[in-house]
Amino acid sequence: MDAILSLEGVGKIFPGAVALSDVSLSIARGETHIILGENGAGKSTLIKLLAGIYQPDSGSIAFNGQPYQPKTPHDAQLSGIRIVHQELNLLPYLSIAENLMLENLPRRAFGIVDGKALNSRAVALLKEVGLDIDPRTRVEALGVAQMQLVEIAKALSYDSKLLVLDEPTATLTPPEIERLFSIIKRLKARGVTIIYISHRLHEVFEIGDRVTVLRNGRLVSTRDLQGLTVPDLVRMMIGRDIADEYGFDASIMQGEVALRVTNLKRDAATPAISFNVRHGEILGVAGLVGSGRTEAMRALFGADPKLDGLVEIGGKPVAIAAPKDAVRHGLSLLTEDRKGQGLLLDMPVDKNITITDLGKVSRNGLIRRRAEAAAANDLVGQLRVKAGSIEQAVRNLSGGNQQKVVLAKWLFRGTSTLILDEPTRGVDIGARREIYQLLWMLAAAQKGIIMVSSDLPELMGMCHRIIVFSRNKIVGEVPRAAFDQEHILSLAYQEYVRP
Amino acid sequence: MSETSQPVAAAPVSPARAKLLRFLVRDAGVLLALVLITLFFSLTAPYFATSGNALKIFVQIAINTVLAAGMTFVILTGGIDLSVGSVLALCTVVGATVMIDESLSPAVAITLALLACMATGAVCGFLNGWISTRWKIPSFIVTLGMLNMAAGAARVVSDNSTITGLPQSFVDFGNLIIGGFLPSIFLVAVLVIAAGWFVLRFTVFGRMIFAVGTNDEAVRLSGHNPDFYKVAAFTISGLTAGIAAMVYLLRLNIGSPIAGVGYELNAIAAVIIGGTSLSGGKGSIIGTLVGACILQVLSTGLQLLGVGDNFKPIVIGLVIVLAVILDAYRERLLRRIR
Repeated sequence: MDAILSLEGVGKIFPGAVALSDVSLSIARGETHIILGENGAGKSTLIKLLAGIYQPDSGSIAFNGQPYQPKTPHDAQLSGIRIVHQELNLLPYLSIAENLMLENLPRRAFGIVDGKALNSRAVALLKEVGLDIDPRTRVEALGVAQMQLVEIAKALSYDSKLLVLDEPTATLTPPEIERLFSIIKRLKARGVTIIYISHRLHEVFEIGDRVTVLRNGRLVSTRDLQGLTVPDLVRMMIGRDIADEYGFDASIMQGEVALRVTNLKRDAATPAISFNVRHGEILGVAGLVGSGRTEAMRALFGADPKLDGLVEIGGKPVAIAAPKDAVRHGLSLLTEDRKGQGLLLDMPVDKNITITDLGKVSRNGLIRRRAEAAAANDLVGQLRVKAGSIEQAVRNLSGGNQQKVVLAKWLFRGTSTLILDEPTRGVDIGARREIYQLLWMLAAAQKGIIMVSSDLPELMGMCHRIIVFSRNKIVGEVPRAAFDQEHILSLAYQEYVRP
Repeated sequence: MSETSQPVAAAPVSPARAKLLRFLVRDAGVLLALVLITLFFSLTAPYFATSGNALKIFVQIAINTVLAAGMTFVILTGGIDLSVGSVLALCTVVGATVMIDESLSPAVAITLALLACMATGAVCGFLNGWISTRWKIPSFIVTLGMLNMAAGAARVVSDNSTITGLPQSFVDFGNLIIGGFLPSIFLVAVLVIAAGWFVLRFTVFGRMIFAVGTNDEAVRLSGHNPDFYKVAAFTISGLTAGIAAMVYLLRLNIGSPIAGVGYELNAIAAVIIGGTSLSGGKGSIIGTLVGACILQVLSTGLQLLGVGDNFKPIVIGLVIVLAVILDAYRERLLRRIR
């Protein structure tokens, strides 16, 4: 095998934890290599070693037959290794073209940027990734999927030999994923070696040649994907079987309508929407990214302004002008941006949990630390949050455990209806299953649950009913008996297809 | 990235040890610096290690400490208050004007002056907070405006002159050294710090100040009104500027429209040296007290060493920058411990 990249006994130790231990791995030239593993398995550490963000404590890496010891991300780029991180690194206020060629802007005399060359090169690069957009568009105007493609185009602009994609599909909808895959296949045909990291097991078969599974910082095995099945991969990742991911609980009785939204209008341009969720029901909200799902939920919650609309909770109309009104009436919102909007990252677990209702753990305005710790410990145990202690900063928790802390803070408050926006994004299989179980527990406790997700199999596995957004409109409502992936997708596209 | 720091979570340092490490790195660091600097000057600068000099330092840090206490609240919420110096000037002339009113008995005049100082400061601070939150303008700009407005108002109120002739009992209290070692005005500063410490550490309000500075959007979506706490922090900063004005009157016995020039920068420096992060959410008011001490010890020590007035600011400026660099390292260390 002609290896483009080989790792020999690579290890990385952090204070108090071994992140990677004795990992030996060869990536063949021109292959698409999948790396799988739960959160904490060492995937990110591995990528950061390749990216020059970390340096290995032991072992060695060779790239193209040469020792590879990048000290900075810039070194990595110069060597021809390009990483598209899960969190995109574009500059929102610059144009697409400027972003694409930021590190090597075409210049005329006196260092003046050559606008013409810039844009024509940008057009060529965008074409490679199938993006038909004016390169002078500012990046802030793009959707997440488009930004992702711009990142890939940027990676291509440097004649990269090895492209590392870190969970590129986490925020994409199925059609967008399809497009990404066809681009990956095209790159592969051009001879680019690709390392592809993902949480979504179903999709890796379509593009991958070989798969490496990491668990607890060690390499479990490297295999050809052909002949493997999803359950095989799961077994390799977590070391045991998972029967049914979702665990749909048909025994839960549905009660009265918990939340009813009638003719909610965000602004003059968007259509009015109406929907409801019952106690004990999990209502799915499907739609493409940018179809107005998230925006509708935020407007309902008072997080963004709304023009008009009636919100009834438990049959009574309520006025919601700001999140505090929604919270007072028993609504909870788990935002899609967990780190930016859900958590106090640098504050410890307990303070994150009690922030929703400090009145419960205080007297005369003074916080009772002992009561606070007891309440937090209680919820941490109940939700099985894996943290060193409740005094650990949530920044240092894995995605799944951070999400559990967000859930814990709403459980602490006590809630009648939960709105969950992409609750399992960036969460590994094990924790994901725990979150599903938790949702069933909440449904059994007669909470109303609204679940917004880009992962259609997840919605179909979890929900009693799915409403579908398309271009800010609710275009359909599908009961569980009629769940059908193609039908739901065609609804999601309905308003975007020109007749 | 979903697992960025997972390795740390996988096998954390034991809680008790982490607590100790955290204390050493976060809180004890500045204190240690203060001790070392003090030790250095005690050994090298003539007259530095005398009780007279210690008293002088206590007297000199009082004003800055009070200002910096309020500033800590603002910086913790992620804001900045550039107006405290001229708000202090405005308060000194308001306070002095009230105090020299001959129709009032000294006791009443002094009480009214104190209230007037605090009210004037609080109103200025409230305006700072209200304007910056209501129209979403960076507090840097709003308080820069207030800096000018308050300075102008001070001239108007005082008719551009220094106000003297404060009641003798007031002047005497300002010169009082309790028990021969505790200047009255330093006591005021310590009381303000103690009050701030209590509020930040034990109250729901204090918790919210930290939370708002850490992530105000998360706080809003958790069902609170972050703007309330931001306005409150600015009001507190104005209030402490009013109290600092009383300390100024106690120490210098004059109300002056040109008092307080540059005081805001000293206050900010004390807060930052004390380890409070300019981006909000992290810090402590005890650190602020230590920071104020470091600044004054340096200033006095350098003077006694014979470093000229021209070189002194250079050294102090370097120390401020050094403190921020150390702070960045400290953050990295802390992240590993937590």
